[in-house]
Amino acid sequence: MSLQLDNVTLTVNGQLHLHEINLTLEKGTMNVLLGPTLAGKTSLMRLMAGLDVPTSGRILWNGKDVTGMRVQDRHVAMVYQQFINYPSMSVYENIASPLRLMKKSNAEIETAVQKTAEIVKMTDMLDRKPLELSGGQQQRCALARALVKGSGLVLLDEPLANLDYKLREELRAEIPKMFEESGAIFVYATTEPEEALLLGGNAATMWQGRITQFNKTSQVYHQPNNMTTARVFSNPPMNFLSVTKTGNKLTYGNGQHIEAQGKIADLADGQYMAGFRPNHLELRQAASQSMAFTATLNITEFTGSETFLHLQHEDHNWVGLIDGTHDLTLGAALPVYLDANHIYIFAQDGALVAPASYATAA
Amino acid sequence: MKKRFNKSALIMTFYIVFLLLPIYWLINMSLKTNNEILGTFSLWPQNLTFANYMVIFTDPSWYWGYINSIIYVVMNTVISLAVALPAAYAFSRYNFMGDKHLFFWLLTNRMAPPAVFALPFFQLYSSVGLFDTHIAVALAHTLFNVPLAVWILEGFMRGVPKEIDETAYIDGYGFFKFFFKIFTPLISSGIGVAAFFCFMFSWVELLLSRTLTAVDAKSIAATMTRTVSASGLDWGVLSAAGVLTIIPGALVIYFVRHHIAKGFALGRV
Repeated sequence: MSLQLDNVTLTVNGQLHLHEINLTLEKGTMNVLLGPTLAGKTSLMRLMAGLDVPTSGRILWNGKDVTGMRVQDRHVAMVYQQFINYPSMSVYENIASPLRLMKKSNAEIETAVQKTAEIVKMTDMLDRKPLELSGGQQQRCALARALVKGSGLVLLDEPLANLDYKLREELRAEIPKMFEESGAIFVYATTEPEEALLLGGNAATMWQGRITQFNKTSQVYHQPNNMTTARVFSNPPMNFLSVTKTGNKLTYGNGQHIEAQGKIADLADGQYMAGFRPNHLELRQAASQSMAFTATLNITEFTGSETFLHLQHEDHNWVGLIDGTHDLTLGAALPVYLDANHIYIFAQDGALVAPASYATAA
Repeated sequence: MKKRFNKSALIMTFYIVFLLLPIYWLINMSLKTNNEILGTFSLWPQNLTFANYMVIFTDPSWYWGYINSIIYVVMNTVISLAVALPAAYAFSRYNFMGDKHLFFWLLTNRMAPPAVFALPFFQLYSSVGLFDTHIAVALAHTLFNVPLAVWILEGFMRGVPKEIDETAYIDGYGFFKFFFKIFTPLISSGIGVAAFFCFMFSWVELLLSRTLTAVDAKSIAATMTRTVSASGLDWGVLSAAGVLTIIPGALVIYFVRHHIAKGFALGRV
């Protein structure tokens, strides 16, 4: 069982929505499509489901070309961001409806519905109508309808985005369990890097209709192969600064420098972009191999246990994420530090040339 | 303590009096004899009589008027909805060339008074042998009812997210099964409201129904305009006929009253 997208391109009214997507999803894998809104996640899912037909390229299911096949014959399952159920039917009938269309016997339907209802914890709600349920329960009903089919491909398009924080946490923890029981190919679209990391499996980062990287989720997170992926797979986005490597020195800012270590030492001399994640910025010099910067503090945002610092360093806007509350003056120059173990080095064209040493060790 | 004067109650009273006075007077007249109607002024019948109603229920030329009207009104409502449902679905779900113009053009049919079409319809139906049939009136009325029904239904259908259609297709529903099993229940209010407007227009429309019928399909409205006899107008029977004409409309309004309120809010009547 596998889903293969072969050079798929989608153009709508002359606008490029998806560009030359090549992707192979294997049986029993959780695949996260990660990207900001308008990156093309939903367009890609609609192609996978067969709701839309690609402008060019082929979609193969188990090696068979299914491009342009009727949706009804594709036997996929899909859950939308909006809570989509059949309002005129009870929850039981909602879950049972795909099975009824498959002409299963009543006994089979009963067993399957009860089993699925148990997985999504809806056993007590089977007699109710979907609109009498809370948002979280409505989405559970939609998930149950997707799971009950036993379809080989389950598409979840930001299924938790419309739920409040608590319900989202709860349901997110359960989705991997539902996935394991089904053994299907799961595709899960999200805009949140945290969600991708919590779900695990594989991740495909998307940016402006292209897949920038597809690999194991932790691999993509720890070793993003270019600046775009790094920006997408980091919340807030990764910060960047220009550095120059000459010999065993890495020069940054106004001529400050640190010793180039590890993989950075092997790079050819020249101009590079260094990137680091917001949570690695520090207010105190912790490591001996620290880079020191003086940045202008524009805004601080306090979220409870953490503080966001919006900084301006040379031409780059940075965001820092630090623990606790800090009494800082806005508009003032602020000394900040960064452990050199935490910097990724990218070539001028954006490709990763040296991953951060902390990430390769992990 | 001085009792406060309740202004809103007063306004409400006037409102109801003005609204109901003509209807009351019609009922009042229908229960009087012709002598009392013409001879004296009385706020309620002095000699209560149901003779006027008996005339209508026993004389075939009267009660067939109602039967004929009901036949073509029901035909018209069924045809209008059967045509408007797919049209409204197409307008709400698909983009096609000229869809907005087509929608507007459909609505312009309602902008002309029915009288304009009386002559062409009469000639056309006569020449194809449809004159004085129920279907003739039913078809003539669809010209006005289909655009209105499409307009109302399109508003309701637009309120149903397209994702429901797609989810149903993914689940394996074919179009017709989806449309009748899942989609129709979701817009039942809209269908109720559209049916109501079709019914009411067709029921009260006089000019076309009178022009297109003579004997076999003569409508009640036409019958009522042809009651002048040698002895003058039969006021009492005419009032009784009027009362009976109001009843079907009142019944329909009663049954769809909740949907109507919803219809004005959700659809765009």
